[in-house]
Amino acid sequence: MSFKITSAVIDPVARKRELEESAAGACVTFEGWVRNHNDGEAVQALEYEAHAEIAEKEGARIVAEARERFTITTAYCEHRVGKLAIGDCAVWVGVSAPHRGAAFDACRYIIDETKARVPIWKKEHYASGATGWVNCATRTQ
Amino acid sequence: MTIEVTARYFAAFRERAGRDAERVTTGARTAAELYGELARRHGFADSMTRCKVAVNDELADWNVALAAGDEVLFFPPVAGG
Repeated sequence: MSFKITSAVIDPVARKRELEESAAGACVTFEGWVRNHNDGEAVQALEYEAHAEIAEKEGARIVAEARERFTITTAYCEHRVGKLAIGDCAVWVGVSAPHRGAAFDACRYIIDETKARVPIWKKEHYASGATGWVNCATRTQ
Repeated sequence: MTIEVTARYFAAFRERAGRDAERVTTGARTAAELYGELARRHGFADSMTRCKVAVNDELADWNVALAAGDEVLFFPPVAGG
């Protein structure tokens, strides 16, 4: 599986080991971390929700598109769901390729398309006690 | 003519509607028409162009025709990463 939704802690070292291939001369990885602020508000925690089955299907399509567009060896993406603390790794993307250019481009493509297309939602818990769904105009308070 | 479908809500839509699913008897012919109807009922404020819909667990076009018994999944704007 090239794209996985997980509720477990993401282990970047273990993930990267799976990219190792003797045909690869470059490896680019991206980690998305939970930061302590957004749009000027102090954030204490994040909650990610996904429709796991559809997310993994759409994510696999994105990785397949990256393989078609760029000359790469291996690509993998994992996105965490559940309640995350500041500093936790929320998403990990790794690409290996014969040369660095394709590895950078494919890694960027996978994270950008994932953010735009995959059914994953992010709820911020603010220091004020309020909560908010990122990108969403529908108020839930 | 009306049909009965199941609407399922996720994230902000679920919290706003106060439920994760409901049976809906509707005259809507497409997913887009059904979103319009349910957005009015529950106060969903997101433009359809920023949302996504899935029918029977497959992402679908908003113009897809609905059939009796369909499960229609409404996804608010996504925010992975």
